[in-house]
Amino acid sequence: MHIMEGFLPFAHAVGWTLASAPFVAYGLHAVRKRIRDKPEQRMLLGVAAAFSFVLSALKLPSVTGSCSHPTGTGLGALLFGPAAMAPIGAVVLLFQALLLAHGGLTTLGANLFSMAVVGPFAAAGIFRLARSLKLSFAVSVFLAASLADLLTYVTTSAQLAWAFPDPTGGFVASFAKFAGIFAITQIPLAISEGLLTVVIFNALARFNPQELQDMKLLPTSELRA
Amino acid sequence: MKKHQNILLLLAVALLAALPLWLVEKPAPEADGKPVEIFAGADNKAKDLIGEIAPAYRPWFEPILEPASGEISSLLFALQAALGAGFIGYYLGVSVTREKMRRDAAKPQPEQQSNAG
Repeated sequence: MHIMEGFLPFAHAVGWTLASAPFVAYGLHAVRKRIRDKPEQRMLLGVAAAFSFVLSALKLPSVTGSCSHPTGTGLGALLFGPAAMAPIGAVVLLFQALLLAHGGLTTLGANLFSMAVVGPFAAAGIFRLARSLKLSFAVSVFLAASLADLLTYVTTSAQLAWAFPDPTGGFVASFAKFAGIFAITQIPLAISEGLLTVVIFNALARFNPQELQDMKLLPTSELRA
Repeated sequence: MKKHQNILLLLAVALLAALPLWLVEKPAPEADGKPVEIFAGADNKAKDLIGEIAPAYRPWFEPILEPASGEISSLLFALQAALGAGFIGYYLGVSVTREKMRRDAAKPQPEQQSNAG
């Protein structure tokens, strides 16, 4: 989902930066407040960031014959709320943009918006919806994390289609082409991300039920399932 | 079942990652005999597609620092993954120990219950 450095027209680059900036600012505020209120959750915040670090470094092969990587933003979005992932995503994306020439500074805003805004908010919304439909905790986590991953890549496709509409087919034709590269490739990877997020949640729920309970993620009855 | 759930999930992830390596057939070399690259990055493919849709577009900014080679680049990616995995491992280790000590403190008599989660 990394749009490469310089590959968004100037107006789009500026626009996406302006669109992402308030999320990062509010997210920083939310994270600071959370750490002030509950300093014991600092480590867990580190885990959420670390999870995103690991997953976005793993470029996995997919059935389309190309490689892509998960985003790892679902975990943090469920633990700390979607806003918290914007500054965390910014750290991950800056690391990759500055050291790896993966993504870039001019496309940072657009990449932030897809990975650290759309993904986390989708994860939080889908999780809430799934829980209200009485789906089990694990299934809800799986759906939230995998669909958030997929929607991140759909967003990237839309961003590129908007910037580069097809000369004949316009936005729709262009979106279909970019989605063919990003979204289809991402399907098995999104499933992997969903499964891995369930794995880490299982581990967290087993050893830190108190902290998860404080976050009102798990109802008491499911704690020691 | 619950006990093995994580192992099964990790197996599924490994399968999902490995299966494409079998399923995707290597396309025939191009007319000029140059072999077609397979399992390249989707980001690069998108870049090529931009070139197709808007051939006149020129990127207007260059990466400030580019990894000197593929090896350096994979070094940095490995470093990124290692940092993340290291921290998660540390946190889980701390959590397991804390939980164990809490349980030991709660019931000093040995081997009373064995319901491990």
